[in-house]
Amino acid sequence: MEFIEARNLCFAYEEADDSSQKTTKYVLNDVSFSVKKGEFVVFIGHNGSGKSTVAKHLNAMLTPSSGKVYIDGIDTSDETRAFDVRRKVGLVLQNPDNQLVASIVEEDVAFGPENIGIEPKEIRERVDEALKAVDMYDYRLYAPFKLSGGQKQRVAIAGIIAMRPDCIVLDEPTAMLDPKGRDEVMNTILKLNREAGITVIMITHYMEEAVLADRVYVLDSGRVLTEGVPEEVFSQVELLKRHRLDVPQATELCYKLRSCGVEIERLPLFSDDCVSMLKEVLR
Amino acid sequence: MRDITLGQYFPTDSLIHRLDPRIKIILLITYIVLIFVTFNFFALGLVAIAVLTVVLMSKVPLKLYLKSLKVIIIIVIITSLLNLFYGTGDPIFQWHFIKVTLNGIYNAIFVCVRIVLLLLMSSALTFTTSPTDLTDALERLMKPLKIFHIKVHEISMMMTIALRFVPTLLEETDKIMAAQKARGADMESGNFIHRIKALVPVLIPLFVSAFRRAYELAVAMECRCYQGGEGRTRMKQLTLSKRDYIALVISGALIAGIVLCNIFFVNIR
Repeated sequence: MEFIEARNLCFAYEEADDSSQKTTKYVLNDVSFSVKKGEFVVFIGHNGSGKSTVAKHLNAMLTPSSGKVYIDGIDTSDETRAFDVRRKVGLVLQNPDNQLVASIVEEDVAFGPENIGIEPKEIRERVDEALKAVDMYDYRLYAPFKLSGGQKQRVAIAGIIAMRPDCIVLDEPTAMLDPKGRDEVMNTILKLNREAGITVIMITHYMEEAVLADRVYVLDSGRVLTEGVPEEVFSQVELLKRHRLDVPQATELCYKLRSCGVEIERLPLFSDDCVSMLKEVLR
Repeated sequence: MRDITLGQYFPTDSLIHRLDPRIKIILLITYIVLIFVTFNFFALGLVAIAVLTVVLMSKVPLKLYLKSLKVIIIIVIITSLLNLFYGTGDPIFQWHFIKVTLNGIYNAIFVCVRIVLLLLMSSALTFTTSPTDLTDALERLMKPLKIFHIKVHEISMMMTIALRFVPTLLEETDKIMAAQKARGADMESGNFIHRIKALVPVLIPLFVSAFRRAYELAVAMECRCYQGGEGRTRMKQLTLSKRDYIALVISGALIAGIVLCNIFFVNIR
């Protein structure tokens, strides 16, 4: 069994319509996926595709209506082990303002370790380490409301990694940030994945962020539309367009050029890759 | 509104700042009691000297203390006047229905000095202790109340969260006000009732958003394994040092001094 495994995961709720008849609404319908330790996996999809619901299943905030989610072998539907799951998988939410608890940065980062009963001396070490990992150590005595959006989100990430989880799940962590904040947060996430070896699962609707992943799952109306390495996924431009999803700008440009008859052998993901390819073509 | 400082914390490095916040709270309560059990000028003078020493030692600009006194100056004047005119005994000055007695003058001076000392002492606490230290200390001090089934941890958690969200919600109020003004809302003109009514379209969105924030915060806290106070540890440990004991000893001496003053100068007012 892989580190994280979802088998035929369904999540549904009952909804009363105008005639007070109850209909079952499927948010997730037969979704299966698995994530290895140390991987960086991205889930993309537009609003209502069920991607945030996937995130909440990974740390037992929600439990499947049918199907199973296993985190390191633990069944998330076992309520008695919900906190074991949450120690292994930390969840970072979209709005950085609403997930900081304390009015001093370092005390906020200490909140998680305090909850799981770590010794005071070790909390201190973990907090310093976590703040250094997200480059916020110099701000440890600041009040959160004095920080920028990107800085607040990095503090939120530090608050999760201070609990030393094996995996962090980020639910659209950059959606409320300006471009600069988005870069800061993405660099932090990449650094944690590559240097600290933390498994990262990120939910996003920015294709520029998705191309950085090891593997991409595309969700549409509660189902997995396609999955694979970014090159594979984003080469299916027609499929993605049909489901109102974007592809990275570089891919889109080359795709349009190709359909106009320009000879381009493969679709690039990054703009510098695209530039060098176009140089070749123009030569 | 962006630059609000929470509470009135004035961060400098003084001996008073470095005292353990628990000791500071206990001493504040002690001093408040002392201020009200002074029955003659000697005792009152003794407390006044102690309070002024603390004020000077705090290294907080006196201007700030005066500023906080300004807020209550009207209350001080009114209560002093009331005491002045309603004293019992032989009048030493009378004009129509107004009569001033020696007793009234004493009472007026006592009330005036007591209120001022009270405010100076509480300001000294809030100027020298950060809000987080205060809530932290309160939680630890209230711990014994657990036997009365008072949810000490929950209360202090609520205070922490309230402190954390005051600036956030103020910022939000600013934004909503700007948004409503952009839609043509008029908040600055009209009489008092008019202006209160104009606040409704600000308060409703503010409440809605506060509830949404509360829900999201609850989710985030649960994600971080929050399960209430059981089995929770704290990163910051408070330990008493030499200066805390010295403060306690000095205050003990002061209590003794005031008791002696009250006993020996009982006939002198």
